[in-house]
Amino acid sequence: MSLVVENLTKTYGKQVAVNQISFSAQPGEIVGFLGPNGAGKSTTMKIATGYLPPTQGSVRVCDHDVEEDSVVVRKCLGYLPEHNPLYLDMYVHEYLQFIGSLYGMQGVNLSDRVKEVVSLCGLEPEQRKKIGALSKGYRQRVGLAQALIHNPSVLILDEPTTGLDPNQLSEIRALIKEISQEKTVIFSTHIMQEVQALCDRVIIINRGNLVIDRPLDELQSEEQNDLGEMQRVEVAFLQPIDEAQLQSLAGITQVEKKYQSTYELAAPLEREDIRPAIFQFACENQHVLIGMKPIIEENKRNAGASLEEIFRSLTTTEVNPS
Amino acid sequence: MLAIYRKEVNSYLNSLIAYVVIAVFLTGTGLLMWVFPDTSVLAYGFADLSTLFSLGPYIFMFLIPAITMRSFAEERKAGTMELILTQPVTDWQLVLGKYFASWTVVVLAVLPTLIYYFSIYQLGNPVGNLDSAGIFGSYIGLTLLGGVFTAIGTLASSLTENQVIAFILAVFFCFFLYTGFSSLAGLEFWGDSALVVEKFGILHHYDAMSRGLIDSRNLLYFITVTTLMLLLTQLVLNSRKW
Repeated sequence: MSLVVENLTKTYGKQVAVNQISFSAQPGEIVGFLGPNGAGKSTTMKIATGYLPPTQGSVRVCDHDVEEDSVVVRKCLGYLPEHNPLYLDMYVHEYLQFIGSLYGMQGVNLSDRVKEVVSLCGLEPEQRKKIGALSKGYRQRVGLAQALIHNPSVLILDEPTTGLDPNQLSEIRALIKEISQEKTVIFSTHIMQEVQALCDRVIIINRGNLVIDRPLDELQSEEQNDLGEMQRVEVAFLQPIDEAQLQSLAGITQVEKKYQSTYELAAPLEREDIRPAIFQFACENQHVLIGMKPIIEENKRNAGASLEEIFRSLTTTEVNPS
Repeated sequence: MLAIYRKEVNSYLNSLIAYVVIAVFLTGTGLLMWVFPDTSVLAYGFADLSTLFSLGPYIFMFLIPAITMRSFAEERKAGTMELILTQPVTDWQLVLGKYFASWTVVVLAVLPTLIYYFSIYQLGNPVGNLDSAGIFGSYIGLTLLGGVFTAIGTLASSLTENQVIAFILAVFFCFFLYTGFSSLAGLEFWGDSALVVEKFGILHHYDAMSRGLIDSRNLLYFITVTTLMLLLTQLVLNSRKW
């Protein structure tokens, strides 16, 4: 167990930022840390890195308590803070060497390691520049290189992909995937596709409370069962029609007005195809049918929609933080 | 600590700050020593460096806060404080590293004034007719005074994320500690304990050193004040955990 959070509570005055959170993460695992803004993600991460003390509970990193063995913990932990603060007036190599020297690395060892992380993070084209002259994506890589320089066994990344363009996004993701082989990686994000592309496990917190901690595939298969039993058809008419009429059609269990005169109809999968019935209905009632297309479930899912739904349903419910 | 010290010194030397500070300090003391008739050694006729040592602290009072104002305030503003405090360095190492780096710049500014010493040594009649021991003591005094001012500046910088506020606070505290206590001691109110009040100020101890007398009590005073300021700085850094 390289990261264990136990009954972690953090309060600011009367406000409870994190409330009795417990979870753990193993090596080789990428854990996605989700939650709406202000849910307590960053606070939890700051406590795990020893920057803030917990009000109650404890965090153990590599079997050391964050509060008691703070310096030991920091040595086996790489941290990329939110907004990725950097010394903008330093050169890339200078900066990485400085961080490395804080970990007690010296001489040839240090410069070799710096070269290694520079190439690992794809910084080579920009490595001779000042950090202040780099674009956001490259700065993010410098931040990541900084977190990796001492080859930590636990990596905590606070929103590592904000503000990156799609190419950089996929590069950074590939990088995280690559380095996660023998490390524990915890990262927070607001992008659901990213969670789907990267994570093995998902932790969602809302208003300081842990609402879900489940492997990603488990979460998805549950959702699949929910949706998979329905056949869905998108139907477009020339004129808006009465929804109740559609509802009365045999087999239709769900009618949803999508826009103007387009409706989404759903029926249980075991029934026969509902499209002939819809056509019949349109003829009989003299509605002009201008389009009809089945909605393939995969379309709906692969864009991260299902996880987004889970996220929304879990984080919009009223939960009393106290 | 050494890594932080090296990085800080480099960042002073890589930016203009160190050079501007050194240039302004040397121009200021140079003008006062050799050009301005009120304070010039040439007009004064005695071979000593008292102008440098009596006016140097007032120049320091403005220059040292300018050196130290960025040390913590900038890190706070840029958010790099979180970065550096999650590295395996203790708060104390961070404070000391930054403190010694700023002090190094101060010492670098003082060093070239040895040329003044050499010049006056040559100008004396006969050559070398100069109170070298007194001047040596004064140099130690000036360096330690720089150390105290640097510690005050470092503390002020840790209190705020605004560099201008850090600068103003530091100037005020330096001024107050340097002459404030001596002036306060002049109040009737104190009666017999006026001397005690005066001894709280730097001026009393600095003057004693300028006479070439390196008394352990004065040394202890400088070291104590510096340590106290740095401890307070560390306390301020630690206050994030309260």
